[in-house]
Amino acid sequence: MLGWKIARHGLAMLVTVLLGGLLSATLVRFAPGFDVDENQLDPRLSSASVQALREARLREHNVVRFYYRSLMRAAHGDLGTSISLGQPVTTLLRDRAPLTLRLVSIGLLLSWSVALALAFSAAWWRNASYDALTTVVSGTFLCIPAAVLALLSVLWNVPGALAIGLIVFPRSYRYARNLLARAYSLPHIITARAKGLSELRILFWHAVPVVGPQLLAVAGVSVSVAIGAAIPVEALCGLAGVGQLAWQAALARDLPLLMNITVLVTLVTLVANSGADVLGQVLCGERA
Amino acid sequence: MKTGRRLACLVLVLVVGASLAAGWLAPPGYAKQYREAAGAAPSAQHWLGTDEIGRDRFARVLYGTRISLLLAPAAALLSTLLAAVVGGLAGYVGGVWARVAMAVTDLFLSLPWLFLLITVRALLPLNVSPLVSVMVTFLILGALGWTSAARVLCTTAATLRGSDFVCQARASGIRGARLFWIHVLPNLKPVLYAQFWISIPVFILSEANLGILGLGVAEPMPSWGSLLRELEGMVSVSEEPSKFVPLILLVVVVTAFQFLLSRQEEVAA
Repeated sequence: MLGWKIARHGLAMLVTVLLGGLLSATLVRFAPGFDVDENQLDPRLSSASVQALREARLREHNVVRFYYRSLMRAAHGDLGTSISLGQPVTTLLRDRAPLTLRLVSIGLLLSWSVALALAFSAAWWRNASYDALTTVVSGTFLCIPAAVLALLSVLWNVPGALAIGLIVFPRSYRYARNLLARAYSLPHIITARAKGLSELRILFWHAVPVVGPQLLAVAGVSVSVAIGAAIPVEALCGLAGVGQLAWQAALARDLPLLMNITVLVTLVTLVANSGADVLGQVLCGERA
Repeated sequence: MKTGRRLACLVLVLVVGASLAAGWLAPPGYAKQYREAAGAAPSAQHWLGTDEIGRDRFARVLYGTRISLLLAPAAALLSTLLAAVVGGLAGYVGGVWARVAMAVTDLFLSLPWLFLLITVRALLPLNVSPLVSVMVTFLILGALGWTSAARVLCTTAATLRGSDFVCQARASGIRGARLFWIHVLPNLKPVLYAQFWISIPVFILSEANLGILGLGVAEPMPSWGSLLRELEGMVSVSEEPSKFVPLILLVVVVTAFQFLLSRQEEVAA
C-alpha cells in the first residue's frame, strides 16, 4: 500500500517536472531576444561564422525539438552552459546547491522550532494577551517583504539562515496556531479537559496526533517558501547559493540557466510536498 | 475588532488620499533633482530629505505609494478574473477540463512564488521604459497570481454544480453558458471578492520584493519596491532614518489590509 502511494507520488512528480520543463522551455523559446546571439555582433567573426551561429539558433526554433534536445543532454548529465557566467550549469549548481541546502535547512529548523514552541505554549496557556502578542509579532513579520528582511539582516549582521527563518516563521506559526486552536475545540479534547487530564497530556496525547499530518503537509509547503526566501537573502547578503544564481541569471536574462534552475526547484519542492504527504498518510494510517 | 477595522479603514483612506493628492502636496514631482541639495537631511523644504541625486524623498514616497496602491488592485482584478475563468469553469464543467486546469494550477503552485516571478520577469525585456516596466511588473503579478484563487473557485464551483438549484435550473432547460452566467457565477461572487481583496497585500509585497531585487519598476518612476532599494548599503539605522519611511508606510498599509481581510480570509477558505 505504502509502495503504491510512493510510486503514485513519484509518477505524478515525474509528469509535473516534465511538464514544468516543457513549460519553461516554451517560455524560454518564445522570450524576446531568444533568436539573437550577441556573439553575432563580434567584428572578428567572418560572415560564414555568423551564418553558422544563426543556423545553430534556427535549429532550436521548434519548441518540442528544443526541449527534446535539452532533455537528452540532461540525461547525459549535460545541462548546458551558462551564457552570462560561461560555466557549465552542472558545475554551477553543484558548487552552489550545498550552501542553499544548508541555509534553507537551518532556516526551516529555526522557524519551525520557534513557531511550534509559540503555538504549543499559546495552546497550553490559553492566555489572550500572550496569544495577541504572538499574533502581532508574527503578523508584523508577515507584513515585511522578504527582501527587506534580507536587507535588515545585512544591516544588523544577522546570519542568512536566520533571515530565511524569520521569513518562514510567521506562516508556520499561523498555520500551527490555527490548527491547534481548531484541535482544542474538538469534542474529545473538551471531554479530556473536563475529565481533568493535565494540559501536557492533552497536548501530546490528544492534540498533536490530530494536527500532526496537517502540520507535516504545511511543513512540506514551507520548503517552497524557504526556497523562495533564499533568493532575496542570498542575492542581498552576497551568499553564493542557487538563489543568488537564479537572481543573477534573471538580471542577465540567462534563460537556459534559469530553465535548469526552474526544473531543479520544481523537483525539490515536489519531493518535499510529496514526502510530507506520504509521511502524513502513513501517520494517519497508523492512527487508524 | 470593529475598532481595529475602522482604524485600518481610516489609515487606508488617508494613505490613498495622500497619494492621490501627490500632485498638490508635492508639485515639483518625483523626478525633479535638487542638485545643490543631494543627500540632504530632512528640512522644512524637503520633509524627508533628498536621495543621493537630489530628488525629494517625500514626493517620491507619495508618487510611489500611488503607483503601488493603485496598480496592486488592478493586478488583483486581473488575477481574480483569470481565476474565475480557469477555476470557476473547471469546477463547473468538471471532467478532463477540470483535471487539466488543476494540473496546470498545481504546476504553477509547485514553484516558489518569488522564484516564479523573477523567472517570468527575466523572460521579458529588462531594458524598457519606466512606464512599460510598471505595466509589465503588475501584469506579471496579475497573470501569475491566479493559481491559489483558481483552486478555491474550482472547489466552490464543483460544489455548486451538484447543488439543488443548479439541478433544478438544468431540469428547466437552462444549460451551458447561460446556466454558468446566471446561476453559478453570482454564487461565486463572495469568494471572488474575498480572493480579490486577499491578493492586494500579496501583490504589494511582491512588487516590493521585485523592486528591491532590481526586477520591478524602473527608475526614475518610484514605487515602494524601488524606494526600498535605498536601504541597500546602509551602515546603521541612525544614518538616515527617513529612508525607512517607505518601509513603515508599507508595513502599516499591509497591516491595515490584514485587519480588514480577517473576515474575507474565512470566506475564501
